[in-house]
Amino acid sequence: MATDITSELQQVYKAHSRRVLATLIRLLRDFDLAEEALHEAFTCALEQWPRDGIPDNPTAWLVSTGRFKAIDQIRRQRRFAGMQHLLDEAPIDPQEAPFSDDDRLPDDRLRLIFTCCHPSLNPQARTALTLREVCDLTTEEIAAAFLTKPATIAQRIVRAKRKIQSAAIPYEVPGPSELPGRLDSVLQVIYLVFNEGYSASSGSDLVRRHLAGEGIRLCRLVLELLPQAEVRGLLALMLLQHSRRDARYDKDGDIILLEDQDRSLWQTGEIAEGCALVRRALTGPTSGPYALQAAIAAIHAEAPSWSDTDWPQIVGLYDALLARQNSPVIALNRAVANAMVEGPDAALAAVDRLLANPALAQYFPAFAARAELQRRLGHYADAGHSYRRALELTHQAPERRYIERQMAACHQRL
Amino acid sequence: MKYLCLVYSDEQDLHGLPESPKDSECAAYAESLVRSGHMVAGEALQSVHTATTVRVRSGEVQITDGPFAETKEQLAGFYMIEARDLNEALRIAQGIPPARVGSIEVRPVRQLQVD
Repeated sequence: MATDITSELQQVYKAHSRRVLATLIRLLRDFDLAEEALHEAFTCALEQWPRDGIPDNPTAWLVSTGRFKAIDQIRRQRRFAGMQHLLDEAPIDPQEAPFSDDDRLPDDRLRLIFTCCHPSLNPQARTALTLREVCDLTTEEIAAAFLTKPATIAQRIVRAKRKIQSAAIPYEVPGPSELPGRLDSVLQVIYLVFNEGYSASSGSDLVRRHLAGEGIRLCRLVLELLPQAEVRGLLALMLLQHSRRDARYDKDGDIILLEDQDRSLWQTGEIAEGCALVRRALTGPTSGPYALQAAIAAIHAEAPSWSDTDWPQIVGLYDALLARQNSPVIALNRAVANAMVEGPDAALAAVDRLLANPALAQYFPAFAARAELQRRLGHYADAGHSYRRALELTHQAPERRYIERQMAACHQRL
Repeated sequence: MKYLCLVYSDEQDLHGLPESPKDSECAAYAESLVRSGHMVAGEALQSVHTATTVRVRSGEVQITDGPFAETKEQLAGFYMIEARDLNEALRIAQGIPPARVGSIEVRPVRQLQVD
């Protein structure tokens, strides 16, 4: 019996601890106090549930108990001068005044996400704080994912929490006039989390791969609570990219380009879900950048092969993206796609024009793309030079191995 | 909660651009904050050329010409506001007319620890 309850408690923790924490942060208006309260609540559950049975609404029980414990602690320690509001509104005993606004629980998680991704926090801190507080990753796991020291991550999180407290960053979902800008910041953090995992190159690095799944989970949560086109677009984009994970590297961890991937390894379930989401995301009056990028990924996902892909439509989608956001990186991608429509000559001329832009001068994919086009045109010496420049700009082992293989191949053709 | 909104701008841009705010617009915005109960205090400042900096070192007063730090953007004015939280403070700050040509630094006020 006791072991049943212990394992059930573990399940409750896994499923609900972040919700309970989010609500405790709203009620207590203090991250650290809320974390302590969460811990206390589960400690109490471990003592009481085997004796009294599992309460009807475990989440509400945990929130009430955590809140009660926190207030009790404030009373005993008299440590926070600014916490009188909690004592004023506090119930005497959690059983007497059970926590009842259960329907606010999901909103609390959304509030927490908006707080952690507030644009007044520095971008690195937003990501670390979101992974810690919303996704429950440890500082060690976050540090491993971002290839930095746990102490650095811990410090970022501490500083961010201090700023939330001292600048009074509110715990709220922004109103309609501010929502688009703030949602951008949330989606940016989610995509960064995903990409950090997606670009993880060595298969042994499980923590990093785990991040891609975490980004998708986070986006699903936001979509559930805030069903907007761009959230749908980002979820679609990530699912479609993630569907190719088993085809992107060979057994030695070497990169396989999209054109050479074994498409039977793509995850059809994720592709179907991603494509359905794209169609819904594109129905609005204007399409956002995530929806448009997802639409490009969807065309690739539904194409039987690289050559049998609807390239004119991809070029058109890049044009729509460029019209929204004149970025040299998007222009580069358009040029590369256009090689399949107008041929490598036109594409190479476009890439060379773009390389005059200093923003691309250190951008590895620009030189890799240039080399690829030169190789296709049979300009092997030029391609060799471009590959060499690309090699100078990347430190990722699989990318370096890929470029080195291409360089060797060009050299043989000379 | 009190926030100080520091208005920074290149002094040329503050008055010289088509979108530079007129004094009447700034006065109207300040007046609207008084009416909504957000304004604690606010003033526009004379040009940075009128600044004098005072330091006391080892009991000795040092007076120098000019601002504490030479930067491209100068302090041009301030609003001390009362806001519920940072989001409300940021909403007020983005309405300050010189935000269009300069920038507004929003800083929470710190309680002095005197215990």
